[in-house]
Order: sequence, then structure tokens, then C-alpha cells
Amino acid sequence: MEASEIHEILRAEFDHAIGEELGSEQWPVVSVEGARIAEVSTFLRDREDLRFDCLSNLTGVDLADDNQIQVHYNVFSYQHRHQLTLCAGTVRLDPFLPTTCGVWPAANWLERECFDLLGVRFVGHPDLRRILMPEDWVGHPLRKDFVEPDEYHGISTRRESLLKL
Amino acid sequence: MSLINTLPESVVTTKVDDLLNWTRKSSVWYMLFGLACCGIEMMQTGGPRSDLDRFGMVPRATPRVSDLMIVSGTLTLKMALRTKLLYEQMPDPKYAVSMGSCANCGGLFQLAYSVCDGVDKVIPIDVYVPGCPPRPEALTEGLLKLQDKIQQERWLVKKPDAAEAVA
Repeated sequence: MEASEIHEILRAEFDHAIGEELGSEQWPVVSVEGARIAEVSTFLRDREDLRFDCLSNLTGVDLADDNQIQVHYNVFSYQHRHQLTLCAGTVRLDPFLPTTCGVWPAANWLERECFDLLGVRFVGHPDLRRILMPEDWVGHPLRKDFVEPDEYHGISTRRESLLKL
Repeated sequence: MSLINTLPESVVTTKVDDLLNWTRKSSVWYMLFGLACCGIEMMQTGGPRSDLDRFGMVPRATPRVSDLMIVSGTLTLKMALRTKLLYEQMPDPKYAVSMGSCANCGGLFQLAYSVCDGVDKVIPIDVYVPGCPPRPEALTEGLLKLQDKIQQERWLVKKPDAAEAVA
């Protein structure tokens, strides 16, 4: 299905929760109101002529200048061979979004990664733990204001440049 | 009187330390500890083409029966604690080889937030093998250097001065 058609269908169903159509014809991007991302996802998956049954990727971006964290959902339909990127924003101070684990099971680990690296809380996630960093790590490394700690369990994270020696 | 002509031909005289070290260096069992792409080269080194078996080196899957740990690959901070634990589980005398740029100093990833830049911050290292990744020849060279080091060790008499005095 064409990108503009998908956008029209979403606009008709969710009205103002759907933002402007971004991206290109080949790589369509639709911004979605963060609080309604789970509803929109369920709709995209279940509607007969859309059938976005595969969440290929989920990433986050820290837009510190806009005081926002954006989470991007790349979804794909095996049946109709079309794809879409959903873009949901949330406030940077206390970022949270509804989980999409119930829609796409693949979201489980991807949301854990997003939580680990950016600190986005996915409300309703069955097992929201860190997945890459150690359990006792402090902070979220992909935040723009993240400061690397000087040491971790007595292991210094600093090393003199070998070129200076 | 020289002993050489009085003993049968099958008798060899040597120092006990040398004999012990010769047996130890000829059966260095190394623990498989591949962390990244260097691990692939380590497997190649143990494979038929490079064949570490000819030096008596056999890969082991557990630290409890290993003499040598070859840390091959990028060491993350999360893994660093486990590395220390595994090293402490190895029985003495034990050795560690740092293989590749990442294990030596963090390599390409040393500025990353999650990477421990240098395995020598966690455990003592006997031989550093440079390269990214080192070829099997390079690792073999490093392990031969380790064998040399083992051969030089003294067990019966710890202090070199005392050994001179006895002699």
C-alpha cells in the first residue's frame, strides 16, 4: 500500500493522535502521540489491508534540544510487503510509553534495550530490566548528558593515551 | 671423575626444576575464552592448520582444569568481573595471555562507555599479543614466548642468590 494511503487510514481512525507524514514514499514515517502507541500498533497489526505483523526494529533518539526522547518503531508486513516507521515522542525528564509487547512479542527485548540505554519506561512491560549493561550500572549511556563514571567496581575506565607516553 | 661415561646411554642428567618446567610447559591446557573476533583466530590456532596440539596445548571448557587463559577479544566492563572470577577459579600455577588490541588496551573501542580498556586492569598478564586480530602465527609465537617463560621459572629454590650459594 502507498505511504499516503496508510497515513490517511490512520488519520481517519485516530485523528489528532497521528501527526504529519514524514519521510519519503519509499521510507514513510508517521509520528504518533506517545500515549496511544499501543492502540495504533494493534490497529496496524490487525487491520486486514495493513497487517503489519513484524516489528523489525525499535530504537530511541535523545533529542536533548527539544527536551524529548523519540522512540522509533520500524514495522513491516510480510503479507503486503509494505513498511512503515512509527515515531513516538515522550518527555525527557520522565520518559514513558505504553508497551507494545502484547502486539509484537519481538518488542520485549527491544524495549528492554531502549530502557537500558535511554531510560524510557515501557509501562506494562512484563520484565523491564537492563539487557546490555550490568544490572548495577548507574545511568543511561545514550542520553546526551550521560557522564562516564571514573571507575566501575574498582576498574578504572580511564587510560592515558599511548601516543603521549 | 666425569659421570658422563659411567652412566648408561639412556640416563640424562638435568635439574629438577628444568624437568618440572619442561613437563609443565609441554602440557599447557588453555581455557577457551573467546570474547569477539579474536576468538575466531584462537579457534583457528587450535585447529589442524596451525595445530596447537603439537605443543601439548589442549583447549578446555572449564577454568578448573586449565593452566592458561587466553583472553581474546573486546572485554566489556560487565565481562571484566566475570573474567576475574574465572581467573580466580583456575588452579595455580596459572598464566594469562592477552590476545589482540582490544584485550591489550581496549583497541578500537577504548573510548566506549561499556568497554574495559585493557584486561591487565583486572588480571595479571604474562604475554601480550598485538594485532587486530593477530594471525594464528602471531598467537603461536606468543604462546612459545609463554613456554620460554615457564621454562625459566624456579620452584625448588625461590631466590636466585640462594641457588648460587648452594651450587
